[in-house]
Amino acid sequence: MDLTTVSGLTEAVQAGNRRALARVISHIENNTELAMPLLTALYPRSGKAHVIGVTGAPGTGKSTLVNALAGVYRRNDLTVGVIAIDPTSPFSGGALLGDRVRMRDLAGDPGVFIRSMATRGSLGGLAQATADVIMVLDAAGFDRIIIETVGVGQSEVEIASAAYTTVVVEAPGLGDEVQAIKAGVLEIADIFAVNKADRDGADRTVMALKMMLNLGVPEKFQVMHHGRMLPVNLPKAENLPQGWTPPVIKTVAVSGEGADTLFEAIENHRLYLEQSGGRILRDRLRAATELRMILRDYLLEDLLARTEPATLEALVEAVARRELDPYTAVRQLVSENNG
Amino acid sequence: MDRKARVLVAKPGLDGHDRGAKIIARALRDSGYEVIYTGIRQTPDMIAEAALQEDVDVVGLSILSGAHMALVPRVIEKLKELGMGDVVVLVGGIIPDEDVQALKDMGVAGVFGPGTLTPEIVETIEKALGRELA
Ligand SMILES: Nc1nc2c(ncn2[C@@H]2O[C@H](COP(=O)(O)OP(=O)(O)OP(=O)(O)O)[C@@H](O)[C@H]2O)c(=O)[nH]1
Ligand SMILES: [Mg+2]
Repeated sequence: MDLTTVSGLTEAVQAGNRRALARVISHIENNTELAMPLLTALYPRSGKAHVIGVTGAPGTGKSTLVNALAGVYRRNDLTVGVIAIDPTSPFSGGALLGDRVRMRDLAGDPGVFIRSMATRGSLGGLAQATADVIMVLDAAGFDRIIIETVGVGQSEVEIASAAYTTVVVEAPGLGDEVQAIKAGVLEIADIFAVNKADRDGADRTVMALKMMLNLGVPEKFQVMHHGRMLPVNLPKAENLPQGWTPPVIKTVAVSGEGADTLFEAIENHRLYLEQSGGRILRDRLRAATELRMILRDYLLEDLLARTEPATLEALVEAVARRELDPYTAVRQLVSENNG
Repeated sequence: MDRKARVLVAKPGLDGHDRGAKIIARALRDSGYEVIYTGIRQTPDMIAEAALQEDVDVVGLSILSGAHMALVPRVIEKLKELGMGDVVVLVGGIIPDEDVQALKDMGVAGVFGPGTLTPEIVETIEKALGRELA
C-alpha cells in the first residue's frame, strides 16, 4: 500500500496498518496538506469509540493508572488507543514526553496504540488537534480511546470536552484536600479516582470529595458550554439528562488495585450516556462548537488572504493611534472584502 | 526548523540506571525537539514499536552496559522490519574507539561519548535529517 497518498493511507489505516496510523497522526499534528483530505476521508468511519479523558495534577499517577486501566480493557477483549499529552516548553518549543515510561506493560500488544503529543501552540488549537487525532484512532477501529492530560486549569476543561467520560485523578497528600480539588475540576469530573490509596490520607481525600459532591454538583452540560470560548445555543442545558453522581474510587495504580472498579464505573457512565440520550446530545453540542471554531478560523484566514497587507497595516496603525476604533476597523475590513 | 523533529530516547539492555539518558532527553527538549522518553530496560522490539507509534525521526539509544554491538544491530533490524529504515539512529554511552566505525557501518549516524556537548548532537541530527542549521 502506498503510504504517501490519501487513499493509500486511509485504506491502510482501516486495514489496521500501524505505520499508516502513525503517519496519519503526524500529518494532522503538523497540519500538512494531506491533513484535511485525510480527515475528510476518515471522518465517516469514526463515531464508534468511547472516549475517556484522564486528567489531574502532575504526578498523581495518571499514566500508571492508564496503564492499569488499559490492561483491564484488554482482558475484556477491547482494544485501546492512548493519547498522552504533555506541555511544550515555552522557552525552546521542545517537549519531554515521558508518559510511556509508566505504560510499559502495554508494549508489544497489537490491541494497544500509544501516541505522545506535545501541546505546541494555542489551547484552542490543541483541543482541535486532539479531537482530530481521537477521530483517527476511532476510525482505525479502537474500541476505547484514553486521553491523558495534565490538569492545569483551562486545558483540562478544553480537552475534557472531547471525552465522553472524564476521570479526574486525585492523590492524597497534596496539602489540604479541599484546597487541592481545584474549582472547575468538579464540573468536568464524571468519575473521581483517588490514586495512591496505599498512602496515608486517601480516606480523607475521598471524604472531602464526597462532601463537595454532596454540596451539589453543578449542571455539567451547562458548564461545558460555559467552559468553551464560544456560546452554544443548542441544546439548552435544562434539556440535558441529569442524574449521574460522580463515583469516588480508590485506586493503587502501581499494583492495579481498584482498576477493575474504575473500569466498571467508566462503562456504567458510557451506558448511562447512551441510555439517557446524553451521548447524542454531547455529540450535537460538540459538533456545534466544532463547526463554529472551524468556521471562525476559516473565515479569518479567508479574509486575511484577500486583504492587502498594506490595508491591514494601515488599519492597525489607525487603531493604535486611536484614530479609529477596532470595531469600525473590522467592519470596514469585512465590507471592503465582500463588496 | 519548519517542524519539530521527534526523537525517541531509549535505554536498551538490562543495566538499571538512566541518568545519562534523562540528561540527554532534557538537553534535546531544550534544543527544541519533541522527545519521547521510554525509560530503562527496553527490548529492541519495544524500541522499534515505540518509534513506529510515535512516528519519530530519530532514535537515540543510551547504552552503558557494553552490549552495544549486540543491541544496536537488533534495533536497526527491527526498525527496518517495521518500515522505519529511514529513522536516524544515534548511540550514546561508553563505546570503545574500535566499535565506533563498526556502528557507523551498520548505519548509525552518530556515536557520542560521555560529556558530548548538545550542539554536536543537534548538528548531527540536523545533518542526518538533511536540514540546514539556522
Ligand atoms: N505509592 C504509589 N505510587 C504511585 C501510584 N501510582 C503511581 N505512583 C507513582 O507516582 C509517580 C508518578 O506516576 P505517573 O503515573 O508518572 O504520574 P502522572 O500523573 O502520569 O505524572 P505526569 O504525567 O508527570 O503528570 C511514579 O513514581 C509512580 O510509580 C500508587 O498507586 N501508589
Ligand atoms: Mg503522566
